[in-house]
Amino acid sequence: MKRQKMITISRRNAIYLMSGVATTVLFSKYAIAKPNLALQKIKEISRNSVEEIDLFLDVPEIAENGNQVKVSFDIESPMTEDDFVKTVYLFADGNPAPNVAKFSFSTDMGACAATTRMRLSKTQNVYLLAEYNNGKFAMTKSKVKVTIGGCGG
Amino acid sequence: MSKIKPRGKVPKKASVDEIIEIKTLIRHPMHSGRMKDKNGKNIPKRIINKFLVKFNGKQVFGMDLEPSISTNPYIAFPFKAKETGTFDFEWTDDNGEKYSMSRKMTVS
Repeated sequence: MKRQKMITISRRNAIYLMSGVATTVLFSKYAIAKPNLALQKIKEISRNSVEEIDLFLDVPEIAENGNQVKVSFDIESPMTEDDFVKTVYLFADGNPAPNVAKFSFSTDMGACAATTRMRLSKTQNVYLLAEYNNGKFAMTKSKVKVTIGGCGG
Repeated sequence: MSKIKPRGKVPKKASVDEIIEIKTLIRHPMHSGRMKDKNGKNIPKRIINKFLVKFNGKQVFGMDLEPSISTNPYIAFPFKAKETGTFDFEWTDDNGEKYSMSRKMTVS
């Protein structure tokens, strides 16, 4: 009697256990990915086909004031109708929201560059994602050390 | 509160095929919704969320801004001069207000 009971329990539990393990694995995957919302956003936009190359992203190595961090980029591109950079995204993985800015370029600009100032709440990575007109994506990242954070609070 | 005032620097003259740099700045608090005032109350979110540049009526540059952009957003970008024309800059506020500015450029 005791033995039979043990068998029935183990058989049923085997299925529950397996589904349980599957769910935990599934959720833990999201749990691990959650802290880096910036990378998650990049994967979402580029549909996982992003190439990490060395684009020119100019951010200071150490930012004393996180309220005003100058960020500029310059992507080499002929900017002709056949070959140009369509959109450039900026992300920061340590800020309350990962999105920083989205730039839309056109062929009239002659070069793919821009400068702006952003807030950084703590030491973190700044990501740059470029979308080309042929559907390709390229990204680069740069670490900024922040002395005084600048997101309020 | 200080008045919201757009400013821009566009070279008045340029030669054909010269890549010029356009600098813009708008005085705006860019409240991210996370800062607190003197009494410890939350300041509601109010930012510039869109910036558009048109040259002779055609859109040449656009930018979507998020709360992570600093107070008094400064934006600089290049432009390839081809013909004489007018730049129209437009900033859109969270409350629906639009601030605009135009600058002329002569290409010789």
